[in-house]
Amino acid sequence: MNIVNKFSLFNVPKYISSRLKRYSSHFVYHPEQISNEIGKTTKKNMYQAINSALDLVLNKDPNSVVFGEDVGFGGVFRCTMGLRDRYGKDRVFNTPLCEQGIVGFGIGLAVAGTTAIAEIQFADYMYPAFDQLVNEAAKYRYRSGNLFDCGKLTVRTPCSAVGHGALYHSQSPESFYAHSPGLKIVMPRSAYKSKGLLLSCVRDPNPCIFFEPKIMYRIAVDEVPDDDYELPLGKADVLVKGRDITLIGWGTQVHVLLEVAEMAQKEYGISCEIIDLVTILPWDKQTVTNSVKKTGRAIVSHEAPLTGGFGAEITASIQEECFLHLESPIRRVTGYDTPFPHVFEPFYLPNKWKCLQAIKELVNY
Amino acid sequence: MMYSKITVRRLIDLKFLKKYYKFSSTMPVNVDKSIYPGIKKIDYTSKLNIDEPPMNTVPIFRILKNNGEITNNCNSIIIPENNELLKMYKSMVLLSIMDKLLYESQRQGRISFYMTNEGEEAIQIGSAAGLNFNDMVYGQYRESGILLYRGFTPEQFMNQCFGNIDDIGKGRQMPVHYGSKNLNFVTISSPLTTQLPQAVGTAFSFKQLKNNRCTIVYFGEGAASEGDAHAAFNFASTLDCPIIFFCRNNGYAISTPAHEQYRGDGIVSHGSGYGIATIRVDGNDIIAVYNAILKAREYVMNNTRPLILEAMTYRLGHHSTSDDSTAYRSKDEIKNWSNESPIKRLKQFLKTKDLWNDQLDSEYTKETKKQLMQTFTIASKKNKPNWKEMFNDVYYEIPEHLLTQMNSLEDHLSKYSDHYPKDCGV
Repeated sequence: MNIVNKFSLFNVPKYISSRLKRYSSHFVYHPEQISNEIGKTTKKNMYQAINSALDLVLNKDPNSVVFGEDVGFGGVFRCTMGLRDRYGKDRVFNTPLCEQGIVGFGIGLAVAGTTAIAEIQFADYMYPAFDQLVNEAAKYRYRSGNLFDCGKLTVRTPCSAVGHGALYHSQSPESFYAHSPGLKIVMPRSAYKSKGLLLSCVRDPNPCIFFEPKIMYRIAVDEVPDDDYELPLGKADVLVKGRDITLIGWGTQVHVLLEVAEMAQKEYGISCEIIDLVTILPWDKQTVTNSVKKTGRAIVSHEAPLTGGFGAEITASIQEECFLHLESPIRRVTGYDTPFPHVFEPFYLPNKWKCLQAIKELVNY
Repeated sequence: MMYSKITVRRLIDLKFLKKYYKFSSTMPVNVDKSIYPGIKKIDYTSKLNIDEPPMNTVPIFRILKNNGEITNNCNSIIIPENNELLKMYKSMVLLSIMDKLLYESQRQGRISFYMTNEGEEAIQIGSAAGLNFNDMVYGQYRESGILLYRGFTPEQFMNQCFGNIDDIGKGRQMPVHYGSKNLNFVTISSPLTTQLPQAVGTAFSFKQLKNNRCTIVYFGEGAASEGDAHAAFNFASTLDCPIIFFCRNNGYAISTPAHEQYRGDGIVSHGSGYGIATIRVDGNDIIAVYNAILKAREYVMNNTRPLILEAMTYRLGHHSTSDDSTAYRSKDEIKNWSNESPIKRLKQFLKTKDLWNDQLDSEYTKETKKQLMQTFTIASKKNKPNWKEMFNDVYYEIPEHLLTQMNSLEDHLSKYSDHYPKDCGV
């Protein structure tokens, strides 16, 4: 705390302070259009929506717990704020700083029938738990012939770019887990989606990894229903209907694509169809291929590196299913095959300009 | 390091943090002596000392001598009832005969893999006898005796090893990866030590539910070197979990002798570092193991705290059927230890109590062999589960993409079935 406070003691000259201004959001948040049928709503950002989901779970399910590093005082991103006071330190608690322990412990809770909601502080720090997630959680039901399972486990973790997170506060590791049969992998694009999808993950009878794009914790503000609601896993959303090209993304990148679609329409008269994949595993192939069969062109865009990214899986599937409908090659606009850099973040990200260029090239192919 | 910390902190609500630290600090006010939050009680010293590890090792708790006599001056020791003693003995013998049969069957290529329990029968049967039936067991792979004692039948063991149609695991895992929901024995998996933090989670769940259950988790001294062991000890201690960590210290992890595994006083030495109570017991003495488990269980339940129980033993058999242990240890060493066999020791004790004799022994052995052979023959002739079982239970439901893959295999089999084994419903 002291280090941060000390900075305010200096009077930084204005011309320097403008240079010090951090590059922050590379996207414009597109709030959800929510129908009036879902009851009373409150304006909430993403961390508040997640907090509301956790609150509902703890309230309705007495055999449920929330745990991880620093979740007790509210979490470093405020997602668990107030929960320990409401439900007690037996149900909302800190663990030692050990990711393999957190996930292993969560599996054991789930095996005994407790609803376990584990938090890994940053997705970048999930790798120590890779063994527990891939060899254990994913395979529990299968290997035991359905005698035991850890379906009541959900692992929440903040992911993706945040403007200045560099190598270890920016990663999007979803494709590592997408290669692991038995897991469900979800990444919401908004406050509204995050509450409904998190509630579905918690209640889904399979172990789920819930990736929360951390840049949206405060930026993403929606009218979020106060009540309990669930949104389907394994189902993609067609957010904008279009004729000329299909753009597929998830998490923060959906907002980049929404903005690009507006630009392409306005400046070049290109009509883009936007799909939020929502669930990485098992993914909604039907919605994607139906769209590409209609438009004849596709771009998959994600922040994670190109090689071995989930875009490769989608691209290969589109090629297989839509071969006769394709008017151009399928393009992937993604992060580069480098670690996620600090000062070069603006050059690294698959931003709207890179996406726009790709759209123009494919439409003119 | 610096950057990452600052980054993290920028992301935190600073105002809230300040408030939190101000009001939740545990530091007492008005003390003239500084007390560090990282330790509970502290004295200062002006003497610069290196604290070396203790030279004395923790002694091994033992009751039964090699000749089957009870050691003098044993206070408050519980000797099981006669019929229980006989059940314990017969289970150990049954386990060892089944081991020999299945070991040989692997050598003949009848099953793909096997791991015996030779030398460690007392650890398994003694602890199973001392636990409550509904205590949840997490094992490593050398704990078949616990299942056996709880009622897993030789038929079930063999069904699993053959992966046949009656295997409750549906033929998906390698042999000896047993599990039983009814017997509260969590299905074994190959990755070592992963079961330790899981067992802690289950123990925490039991604590919350106040259902008078504890968990016990078995692991070898080699497995204790994995990071998950550290995770589990620390979580169990900080989260006050009723769990018994049962280490089978048999001197070897495949070929690696224990002195290349650690330099402390075995596994009990971890206890003090994590603030966990410990017991060290003679794993070849079934009465000692039984008593140690009773005491350990009482401790973890009464205190809602973990306990590390280290049972010293010797792995008499090879590591597995894929291992020839004479490549790294002498035949003499193995022979010497076979005299310490836990089965022999209990037999001596039963003889002193006139509960058993050589004639009963040979009759029981003969009859058991006969029955096991029959069971083996039946299990070997059963079909394998239907190939479609390959796609079930990956998820609770079968997702669309797996249905597509299953249909594609069905289509393929309808054209190429001649090239596939016939006993999987093709």
